[in-house]
Amino acid sequence: MPEKLRIASRINGEDLEFLCEPHQSLLEALREVINLTGAKEGCNDGNCGACSVLLNGRLVNSCLVLAAEIDGQEVTTVEGLANWRGLHPLQQSFLQSAALQCGICTPGFLVAAKSLLDQTPRPTEHEVRNWLAGNLCRCTGYDKIVRAVLDAADRMAGGESGSATVPASASPEEAKV
Amino acid sequence: MTTEERNLDGVIGKKNGYRVVGTRPIRHDGVDKVTGRAVYGADVRLPGTLYGRILRSPHAHARIKRIDTTRAERHPAVKAIVTARDLPRIEDKYADLGEGTFNFKWVSDNVLASDKVLYRGHAVAAVAATSRLAAEQAIELIEVEYEPLPAVTDVVAAMAPDSPILHEELVTRSLGKPTGEISNVATHFRHAKGDIERGFAEADVIVEREYRTDIVHQGYIEPQTATALWNADDQITIWTSNQGAFGVRESTASVLALPVSAIRVIPMEIGGGFGGKIAVYAEPVAALLSRKSGRPVRVTLSRSEVFQGTGPAPASWVKIRLGAKRSGRLTAAQADIRFAAGAYPGSAVGAAAGCVFAAYDVPNGQIDGYDVVTNTPKSEAYRAPGSPQAAFAAEQAMDELAEILGIDPLDLRIMNTARAGTRRIEGPVFPVIGSYECLVAAKQHPHYTAPLEGPNRARGVAHGFWFNGGGQSSCIIAVNDDGTANLVEGSTDIGGTRASIAMQAAEVLSLAAEDVHPLVADTNSVGYTGVTGGSRTTFATGIAAIEAARDVLRQMKERAALVLDADLASVHFADGEFVAGPGKGISFRELAGRLARTGGPVTGRASVAPTGVGAAFGTHIVDVEVDPETGKVQILRYTAVQDAGRAIHPSYVEGQMQGGAVQGIGWALFEGYQFDDQGRMLNPTLLDYKLPTSLDVPMIDTVIVEVPNPGHPFGVRGVGEVPIVPPAAAIANAIYRAIGVRLTHAPMTPARILEAMGVLQPARA
Repeated sequence: MPEKLRIASRINGEDLEFLCEPHQSLLEALREVINLTGAKEGCNDGNCGACSVLLNGRLVNSCLVLAAEIDGQEVTTVEGLANWRGLHPLQQSFLQSAALQCGICTPGFLVAAKSLLDQTPRPTEHEVRNWLAGNLCRCTGYDKIVRAVLDAADRMAGGESGSATVPASASPEEAKV
Repeated sequence: MTTEERNLDGVIGKKNGYRVVGTRPIRHDGVDKVTGRAVYGADVRLPGTLYGRILRSPHAHARIKRIDTTRAERHPAVKAIVTARDLPRIEDKYADLGEGTFNFKWVSDNVLASDKVLYRGHAVAAVAATSRLAAEQAIELIEVEYEPLPAVTDVVAAMAPDSPILHEELVTRSLGKPTGEISNVATHFRHAKGDIERGFAEADVIVEREYRTDIVHQGYIEPQTATALWNADDQITIWTSNQGAFGVRESTASVLALPVSAIRVIPMEIGGGFGGKIAVYAEPVAALLSRKSGRPVRVTLSRSEVFQGTGPAPASWVKIRLGAKRSGRLTAAQADIRFAAGAYPGSAVGAAAGCVFAAYDVPNGQIDGYDVVTNTPKSEAYRAPGSPQAAFAAEQAMDELAEILGIDPLDLRIMNTARAGTRRIEGPVFPVIGSYECLVAAKQHPHYTAPLEGPNRARGVAHGFWFNGGGQSSCIIAVNDDGTANLVEGSTDIGGTRASIAMQAAEVLSLAAEDVHPLVADTNSVGYTGVTGGSRTTFATGIAAIEAARDVLRQMKERAALVLDADLASVHFADGEFVAGPGKGISFRELAGRLARTGGPVTGRASVAPTGVGAAFGTHIVDVEVDPETGKVQILRYTAVQDAGRAIHPSYVEGQMQGGAVQGIGWALFEGYQFDDQGRMLNPTLLDYKLPTSLDVPMIDTVIVEVPNPGHPFGVRGVGEVPIVPPAAAIANAIYRAIGVRLTHAPMTPARILEAMGVLQPARA
């Protein structure tokens, strides 16, 4: 067995140390070592986006990053989008817009969309489509996903908090991780 | 806008009148699915779980001479190895299922090959090891000696007299009888109506053309995954993401030669299926590895295994001949449909034959179908199985006929549409259907008459049909003392059916949608329920929920009579209240709080097998632009019209229409298996097998037509399948009108378009 590496990182706002093998991807470490199974494995070669996470705020396919590379780095997964007060506006929009069917791609889309809105708070439809083209969804045909992202951008820009149909809604500032 | 407002005038004529049906509540499993907490098949965590991995054939066709597992057994991390020798020996046992034969040995051999491998990717052995890496290394240590054989992957080549033969024991059946001939044609069948010769003799115009489609994969984002634990008492538990827990139980039991009661299947959340997650691949292998190792074993397929080792939609060769009067009225329709079933018989060619002309009133028709084995993965269901291939051919032929006759393509279809009372070529007579209403709604849609300017741009339309399914379903509803209800159902939720089923129960019980809490149960916790597929779930499991809710009301009326001191016969339930006369009533909620003191809990239940299935029709309009230099097709605008019967949750009906349309765009433009001359798939990754991305498609506009199905209390028809049927033909028709060349081979890739335009020479004959 290869020697294990000790990795110290910050995941979803909490300092975390874990052991991994040198060959293990960040995705495998998240899922199999740290037990954060929100990031999904759809292809393991960077073509589906289901494993999208933020590495120091930058959108990456966690299947293409070695776990060892995150030593000293900061990672945000879908589990880090909602805080204890409630859902992120993107999560609320996805629910209200029915932007998911089976839901397997949803964590990746949410993380990718957060990354877009962090940089481009008021994207056009084309900018949303272009940014999300690295995330595959087989169920929805993307229509309701694109609308949900545009809707979340509207709400976040307008400072409007989420609808009361989703419990424990948070203000955009509070909802941001 | 409500769905009611979008209905055609005079189609229904009545206001909706429902409290819950037709509204858009947040789905019950929504929060779990946007927070990453929903537990899918690969998210199951059991202490001591081993990682299973399957060794697959590098050859498309070969005899297995020897399998030596000695070196793999010596790997320190390996805890179990299995081959077909670990499966119960299943002798050839044929069952005749109407249109085709079915051999139990084929099912077993597709799980782990015994004597021959029949496609590249065919499973031959599996290991369980303590780590994923060790499992991957260990399968490389298994030595398999093959005797390679010539392979055939193409359906037409497989029917040729000099083709390699896959099954030396497969006797061709034709028109219901064994022919005595050994060939790759498993079955040839024919449907006929009227007099086909006379029909063509009466025609003023005849169009005839051949069409092909390549193998297409369902492309679900979650690869197959199953975890199994075989206990010392020979009780097996399987955690899996599959379209039907009971189906997994049956299939696994038959492969392992065990009674179904030995197996408990726990359905996890499922990351897409579209028909591809009905057959078992990982489940029996994980179970065998668990028996040998004594530990839980998880088998998760890689993406390339998904492409090469699971069942995609069959490739097709279809010849269509249509005859019509100058007026446009069809006089004859003939189809010859040949499907590449893959390694074992059982393609969707039977369904294709039932769909090909179903949308039209054909006075004289003949349909021949051929189920042909090829050295490709055993084909399985994919969304409206067989119908997209059939429509790609028939709906282009209708377009060609419209052009020759100078008739608007929607008018031609409206003139010939099937209606209630129309007899299909294969026999059944349609009850109330919404084919006409969809065509008219498309014709009236602003998209159809919107100006479309610019070179190489054009509009296309196509119409589609799917039978929809019925089948068996079960539900249990328990009343909570706070006035809400828990709903236990056997249907796995692949895209929002917790909501659509709970809403139907809520409607009956006069509860809010969120006050019915749905739970998808395992095979030991609810009555038998068929797979989530065939557009049956909101219809059939919905009826089970309605009946279970009615059972609840029957019991609660008895309690109300007791509490109100009234005759049972005088108690009625309306608007959430049990009423026994003026001023004499009790609300559902209040009565629910008094159940404990009036005889105990109330639990309603229903198991149903409804037969009043309502068929689905859809009409699609698409605008395309073809780049004549690169052959690239851009979808400019897309509108899908569909009869939902009754849209329970319109957002998820729209979602099915949009998702189906975009899958159809994939069939049309991007998706297809490519093979080399050895039968090896050249594009088994999501890089080389391209699914549509968000950048490839526009918004998909939807129009929900509601022609209620008389066979369902609220009028529900299934909605999931039919939206994948029209797109490829609609796009082909648009491309033809844009560049003047008819594309007869899907996917219509840039290379094929440039070849058809004469810009490129064909890569190979």
